[in-house]
Amino acid sequence: MKYKDYYEILGVKRDAPADEIKKAYRKLAQKYHPDVTKDPAGEEKFKEVAEAYETLKDPEKRSAYDQLGRHQPGEDFQPPPDWGSRHAQGGSGFSFEDIDLEDLFAGLGARGRGGAGAARGGAAFRIPGEDYEVSATLALEDAYRGSEVELNLSVPGIDESGRLRRTPRTLKVRIPRGATDGQRLRLAGQGGKGMNGGRDGDLYVTLRLRPHRLYRAAGHDLYLDLPVTPSEAVLGASVEVPTPAGTVALKIPPNTRAGQQLRLAGRGLPRASGEAGALYAVVQIVVPPAPGERELELYRQLAGAASFDPRAHFSQEATSGT
Amino acid sequence: VEPEREAVSLTEACEFTLEELAEISGLTEGELREFVEYGAIAPVDRSAVQWRFTGHCVVTMRTASRLRADFELEPHGVALVISLLDRIGELRSELEQVRARLPRAR
Repeated sequence: MKYKDYYEILGVKRDAPADEIKKAYRKLAQKYHPDVTKDPAGEEKFKEVAEAYETLKDPEKRSAYDQLGRHQPGEDFQPPPDWGSRHAQGGSGFSFEDIDLEDLFAGLGARGRGGAGAARGGAAFRIPGEDYEVSATLALEDAYRGSEVELNLSVPGIDESGRLRRTPRTLKVRIPRGATDGQRLRLAGQGGKGMNGGRDGDLYVTLRLRPHRLYRAAGHDLYLDLPVTPSEAVLGASVEVPTPAGTVALKIPPNTRAGQQLRLAGRGLPRASGEAGALYAVVQIVVPPAPGERELELYRQLAGAASFDPRAHFSQEATSGT
Repeated sequence: VEPEREAVSLTEACEFTLEELAEISGLTEGELREFVEYGAIAPVDRSAVQWRFTGHCVVTMRTASRLRADFELEPHGVALVISLLDRIGELRSELEQVRARLPRAR
């Protein structure tokens, strides 16, 4: 079992009083709690902090932890020979292989108090299973069609010989059609196993959409850059536009401005209700990178003939003083 | 590899009873009623005999349950944080939309 220095994680001395431990925890929780920070490393950091506090706030667990002795963080260690019989039910048969400190101390709490389910459900020692949270990244096309992903979990459990042990678990999950970035999914009963008649935990998946080379997603709507030439913008044109369901023809009206959004209703990501979001083609006017001599000549003629002044408002606004 | 399982999207399209929401979130029905009172969540039809909540409320109340436990907050404090988080969520999706409209540098 690898040693974790809970005092160091919370940044307190080993003899810190309970209120100091609480203060240190609160400060760190505010900084790293995944619900209130966007720090990508926050979630891992908070887990560590919460695990340390969970043990150190409870005088019984803190004393059991202190009796493990002092080690370097990450160092492989064995608790003193009689530690198991003093603190863990099961006595000398208790094994410390393949588990980590968190599982060990969570076990002590569950045995000692019967968990949250006992207080609510009335039945003593009914312990609900833990909920698991994972994230999965999908390609936009897979979100559009609905797809299947494999989730790899590492879950604490009890093996055949009754020992606490972490085991890998792979779960194939069908993702419903029309998922969006940040969407949550629930798999009922796929979390940790409940004990003594407690309900099994659930598995929650947060979906992330991989950035796409063409489309940018905002909820169920998709945005696509649509490059057009200056003459297409002025004269209008019919062009082919890719959508997740295949290519469609799009009419560019005459006198189209740069930045204008041409809406293709129902061509975005599908919703559970059936109707789909829209696909917006955002017009970008692109000038030819290396126009030929004839093209340049025509542009010169156009420049001479055109009376349009796109900066007319500059002089008006400059003289009006507003 | 275990057999394939169907995931349920926690959106407006699925609904849960008060009892189910309590079981899933780890909050009591009384606490959930309090959160309805404070406006942190709203049943689909408040005047209905049996309240029903959308999947979005499951996400919100699981967050509420974590905030209460991890920050040792009172229900009213949790409701306040939830309303601020909702506001951040709305602003974030507006920002996402504005960013999606911007042409990508080529």
